Amino acid sequence: MSTFNLKINNKKHTVEADADTPLLWVLRDQIDLVGTKYGCGIGQCGACTVHVDGNAMRSCLLPISQAEGMRITTIEGLSEDGNHPVQQAWKEIDVPQCGYCQSGQIMTASAFLNQNSNPSNSEIRDAMHGNICRCASYNSIEKAVKVASEKIS
Amino acid sequence: MNLSKQQTFSRRSFLKTSALASGGMLISFNLFTACKSDVKPPIDISQLNFNDFNAFIKISDEGKVTIFSPNPEIGQGVKTSMPMLIAEELDVAWEDVYVEQGKLDTKNYTRQVAGGSQSIRHGWEPLRQTGATAKQMLINAAAVKWGVDASECTAKLGVITNSKGETLGYGDVVKDAALLEVPEDVTLKHPKDFTIVGNGAGNVDIDKIITGKPLFGLDYKEEGMVYASVLRPPAFGQELESFDDSKAKAIPGVIDVITIGEKVKDYYKQDEKSWTAQISASNKVAVIAKTTWDAIKGMKAIKAAWKNESPLESTENHDKILFDLLDGDVFKTRRSDGNVKKAFAQADKIIERTYEAPFLPHNCMEPMNFFANVTKDKVHLVGPIQTPEATAIAISSFLGRAIEDIQVEMTRMGGGFGRRLYSDFVFEAAEISNAIKKPVKMISTRENDMSTGVYRPSTKYRIAASIKDGKLTGYHLKEACINGNMYGLIPHFFPAGALENYQVDTTHYKSNITTGAWRAPFTNFLASAEQSFFDEIAEALGVDRVQFHMDLLEKVKQNPNPNIDYNPERLQDVIKLAVEKSHWGKTKAGTYQGFSVYYCHNTHVAEVADITMKNGLPIVEKVTCAIDCGIVVNPLGALNQAKGGVIDGVGHAMYSDFAFNQGVPQSNNFNTYQLIRMGQTPQVDVHFVKRDVAPTGLGEPTLPPVGAAVANAIYKATGKRLRKQPYINNLNLEKVIG
Repeated sequence: MSTFNLKINNKKHTVEADADTPLLWVLRDQIDLVGTKYGCGIGQCGACTVHVDGNAMRSCLLPISQAEGMRITTIEGLSEDGNHPVQQAWKEIDVPQCGYCQSGQIMTASAFLNQNSNPSNSEIRDAMHGNICRCASYNSIEKAVKVASEKIS
Repeated sequence: MNLSKQQTFSRRSFLKTSALASGGMLISFNLFTACKSDVKPPIDISQLNFNDFNAFIKISDEGKVTIFSPNPEIGQGVKTSMPMLIAEELDVAWEDVYVEQGKLDTKNYTRQVAGGSQSIRHGWEPLRQTGATAKQMLINAAAVKWGVDASECTAKLGVITNSKGETLGYGDVVKDAALLEVPEDVTLKHPKDFTIVGNGAGNVDIDKIITGKPLFGLDYKEEGMVYASVLRPPAFGQELESFDDSKAKAIPGVIDVITIGEKVKDYYKQDEKSWTAQISASNKVAVIAKTTWDAIKGMKAIKAAWKNESPLESTENHDKILFDLLDGDVFKTRRSDGNVKKAFAQADKIIERTYEAPFLPHNCMEPMNFFANVTKDKVHLVGPIQTPEATAIAISSFLGRAIEDIQVEMTRMGGGFGRRLYSDFVFEAAEISNAIKKPVKMISTRENDMSTGVYRPSTKYRIAASIKDGKLTGYHLKEACINGNMYGLIPHFFPAGALENYQVDTTHYKSNITTGAWRAPFTNFLASAEQSFFDEIAEALGVDRVQFHMDLLEKVKQNPNPNIDYNPERLQDVIKLAVEKSHWGKTKAGTYQGFSVYYCHNTHVAEVADITMKNGLPIVEKVTCAIDCGIVVNPLGALNQAKGGVIDGVGHAMYSDFAFNQGVPQSNNFNTYQLIRMGQTPQVDVHFVKRDVAPTGLGEPTLPPVGAAVANAIYKATGKRLRKQPYINNLNLEKVIG
């Protein structure tokens, strides 16, 4: 066990954990930020996506020992009151069915739009290809990313 | 044929009102009694106490309405759509309604199940009656206050008005209303007067979902809770022999390592019919730890030896066994009209084809998990489960506890698709907590979730058609399946009733691989097989595919058959709508269309898939989907269900495969198992037939037909008939001509 200092959603957290513990489980079990979901543990489904220094990253693959000193944002820290344009677009389009994968989808979409605020449909489809939605809300996700991009640009 | 069959209920059997000490009125009702299709005659309300009710409407002194819904929410949207039915007849603004998941204690209730696309169908009448009764009581209370007859008063959007134009809000009369008799006769609104039903309402949990608030079973926590990960036999047919836990125990966060399974095995001896017990009746190693990660690491560090208890089965063997069964003569006849044998003997031509589908895991995005806290006083269980009642009864039996001690609370579920009808993971959590005397959360890894699941059974259909004088004269379908077989009314779906000589036979092989319900059980592949076969029959007859179907349905209309479970006219209407909206036959060069139509779960659906070929691979660009599900309660939720079902169907038909070798699943995570992703997703264009009749289900019916629509389109593009799912495995790319 070692001590790690993390900066999550602009707050400092000190946690005790084994160095190989993925950021995902530190967020969920130790810091009570459960919006970041476990789906596969091998970086294939995207349910655990967070922003690390502004980039979308799979928190299930990021050992806590490498997360020190990085600026980490989770779904809980994406906006003050759920008013990020991507969150608002998700609400407007009524994207979720079961809702479990959606925080990961929103984190992927928001990081992507940060880098490309006026994407084409095929760029949206490429960007969201790594996030699985078992309810298959893909049409709505695609539309919501487009709506969010219009809100941003 | 009775499609809009509605049950009538006495409101007294499921309704009770009372004044609240804190102000306002509480209307209590038993949603599951109300919504049950075979509800018993009214019971004496004086004999009921509030434990007999499980759904509540609270109207406060300010007129605010809270609806507590007890129904399992697995993403099908009933937590939004069922309260809409109440709010419509209560006549309040939807914006003023707050919906909460009712706290659950299932010990008194029956049929707390999410499954079969039946919630809205069964809830349609009684939930509206509940709202209408409450509204009438509020009107009656206002009439008494004004000293006028209730018939002179009307209510709209939470305000009651009398003939002089005076008004009272619901909140002004709610205390008096609570003390009035429950009226027996209330008038329900005409569909043309609906203001909430038919208007899209967003998911009631949307704000929590988009901000990451705790909602799901995996998110639930209690003080002092520990985590558990369970090592289960790696192969179906194997049992735990021994294990070495020294490496696991050396991990600092690991608290304990225990063996579980004995209690479930004992329970299975008592109730051999319990599928859930069968799934979990073996010894397993549970690693208890301070965090999920420690528990997972500990579980992976266990060195276990396994022994073979029953044959280790492989897909290769299953294929041979199922083909042998199809070639044999041991079948159960599920329906037989006319004389198929004779029709085939007299035929000019016989077409016979075999269709094959693999096992499929459910792969809910939220892996199986549950919280359990077994104490001297009670057994507290919290998590995602589609069948809390059956689970509570089973847990009570295998822990040897009184049913009153078992408390089950349901969280929102990260998907169900049938997997959470089985409660093996609740058994595990309860047995662990019982052993360690601590609150515990059992979490399956994705690998464990996928490789120790309950699967859609691998199935083969052999369908034969006899043709005489250019006409279809006979149809014979044989099903060979692992473990289960099609059930209930399925043999009475189309083409039953359309053909003089028609027979459905089934046979199965009993395997030690656990199988069960998977979104649209049996029809999820049966529709693919039959609707692909109809494409071949039409081709052999040299007739237009769509017209062929329309003509067969016309025949059913001319010769009504009481023993069918679909409506030929409604099927014709969805076909016409799909043909019109998809521009059937009028697409541009390079786009190939496939047609399919199916009825299941009381809903009629026709679909047209548009595909293009890119680099020799078929791309499903678009699916046009025409649906007749009666009145669409929540168009937003309905669109989500319809589109999700279509894409889910395309994905599993095209890409998803699940094989066994020596009892071991050959895929256990999303690197070896393919679920459809955004880039493979067609645009789904959904159209509803406008029909003012009682609504039917939407959680499942759009999925079954789409596999055939895709296969039929690929045939047009490539000249290759696809009869084995997943299609991607048997596309011989050299032969692609598109």
